[in-house]
Amino acid sequence: MTGVVLALAAVSFLLVTIFSSGYSAFWRTEIALTIEFDPKLMKVEPDATFDQLQQVNYLALFRKNLERAFPEVTARADRRELAQMFSESAPDLLREMVLADPGLVGARQVVSVLASSSVDMITKGNAPRDIDEARRVISDQQLRWLDRFDESGLLGSRFNSDFFTSGPSRSPELAGLGGAIAGSALLLLVTLLLSFPVGVAAAVYLEEYAPQNRLSEIIEVNINNLAAVPSIIFGLLGLAVVLNFFGLPRGTPLVGGIVLSLMTLPTIIIASRAALKAVPPSIRDGALAMGASPMQVMFHHVLPLAMPGMLTGTIIGLAQALGETAPLLMIGMFAFVADIPGSILDQASALPVQIYLWAESSERGYVELTAAAIMVILVFLVAMNLLAVLLRKKFERRW
Amino acid sequence: MNEKKVTNPALEVSDMQAYQDVAGEVAVEDARVSCRDVRVYYGDKQALFGINLDLGSNAVTALIGPSGCGKSTFLRCINRMNDTIPNCRVEGNIRLDNQDINDPNSDVVELRARVGMVFQKPNPFPKSIYDNVAYGPRIHALAESKDHLDSIVETALKKAGLWKEVADRLNSPGTGLSGGQQQRLCIARAISVQPEVILMDEPCSALDPIATARIEELIDELSENFTIAIVTHSMQQAARVSQRTAYFHLGNLIEVGDTEQIFTNPQQQLTEDYITGRFG
Repeated sequence: MTGVVLALAAVSFLLVTIFSSGYSAFWRTEIALTIEFDPKLMKVEPDATFDQLQQVNYLALFRKNLERAFPEVTARADRRELAQMFSESAPDLLREMVLADPGLVGARQVVSVLASSSVDMITKGNAPRDIDEARRVISDQQLRWLDRFDESGLLGSRFNSDFFTSGPSRSPELAGLGGAIAGSALLLLVTLLLSFPVGVAAAVYLEEYAPQNRLSEIIEVNINNLAAVPSIIFGLLGLAVVLNFFGLPRGTPLVGGIVLSLMTLPTIIIASRAALKAVPPSIRDGALAMGASPMQVMFHHVLPLAMPGMLTGTIIGLAQALGETAPLLMIGMFAFVADIPGSILDQASALPVQIYLWAESSERGYVELTAAAIMVILVFLVAMNLLAVLLRKKFERRW
Repeated sequence: MNEKKVTNPALEVSDMQAYQDVAGEVAVEDARVSCRDVRVYYGDKQALFGINLDLGSNAVTALIGPSGCGKSTFLRCINRMNDTIPNCRVEGNIRLDNQDINDPNSDVVELRARVGMVFQKPNPFPKSIYDNVAYGPRIHALAESKDHLDSIVETALKKAGLWKEVADRLNSPGTGLSGGQQQRLCIARAISVQPEVILMDEPCSALDPIATARIEELIDELSENFTIAIVTHSMQQAARVSQRTAYFHLGNLIEVGDTEQIFTNPQQQLTEDYITGRFG
């Protein structure tokens, strides 16, 4: 009883900690700036072509606009500090706006620009504000400007949808999980496609067809042992065999999926064998007595009845694979990949690896991202386990 | 009368062994199935010691005897269900319509289409009532069209006396029926492929008396068209449904004859002891 209470307390403590430090990552601070798309600053004619608009130095446009908004800031160092309050993505934002709507050239518009990670942390209270300048993430001067923005109602906040769609970045305010989610999805796809058929086939062979002899005993013991092998060993195996011997491309979901399949197989085989064992012998007898061949008995009766159990085992195995980090590090899936992978042959990252990379980053802006990424992976895990439970319930109730 | 009865002290010990002195006539004139010297081994252990027995066409033969006497094993020889048990070996000659069913060239799938089986516990497939009955015709490709299959299913369910109860819910699960209905569904499934012989392994042992009475009536009706062998632990049931009765004891056939004769005037002491309830 005490143990249960302690365990529940530990789990709730963990969840509360993760949630309280992670939820703020789903919002981003923005600063509203009036931007004048002055053709002179952009060094183009008002009726410039698309190509010309692409050539514009939008960084200069952004800086000049800042200078106009803060005419009193003249020193080079101060100007740099001012610019550092905004995300590096500000010029890209202006470019996108102009390219999407060339009519903006010559117009004035209020643009919500993403604040830099340091400003974001101060506004959210993730970094202390009332301390010595040397230890604060922004300077006294920046703090004064921030308060000015706040007083004039220019500070805003919006839902951070980029977090789910963009790839990793060296600026915390721009970094997202999109690449890792896509990488994990591709990984699980490869793992599912490889391990489910092989696992089910192995279970059917061992349970239904294998002769009871020393060899099958050895195979059985080994499968049970494989379930307990440390996952990094599978990573080493993948490195030695899949990468070095077969020469498949390093750090791709294909290789990761192969390695995770090896890890998932014992789980699937053990669950599938249990499901096959649970099919009542009277059903097999009934089908055989009707003149069904052993193959027909298998495909018409035994497999459909064992399928819910097999699927449950597979989903549990995949959930395990989703959370696995060590083997992926061994096969090179920890590289900084800014692009979102589109196929199983693209370099990719994965959710747990991204968490690991963010967790060891020195910048403080990644703390909330790490916690938020853990929340995302927990949601996926809970969803998969829920799916397993639902599948089992659904098929159990039917007959 | 008692002095006429044959006694065999060897069979009173629990060691199984061969016993040659069978009372009664094992052969019948119009035999559908004819078994000669059938011996079955489970690994090193012998379970049947040279059984000779004929099953007459369109008649019900009851196999009775104490538990473990080999009557179910014998029954399972006739549709070669013993093939599915590892380490089980069947020797001897079993002929269905004068064809050796254990001939290496004979097809076990075809044999099982000709020799249906109903089990002790109702074992409908976890599918709909319709699919349960249609399964046999489907795998043996007996139906030419959907309508034909429908009529096969309807005929089988009618013959099994289940049609009126399930006609309006053919698509509901077979496992949702009552025990007696499930067993009649299994009988419908067995007769859907028009077998010649139906083997019944204690078909009523899991049913209540009313359901049992239904099945017994049904067996009586079916015996017009099918050759039936039924294993039963109920002497009354054997007396009610069968024309011939065979008494098994410790892997041997002890006595076979007309049911009336076996129950009123058994030739062997063992038979008499069993049917009068002295053991078993």
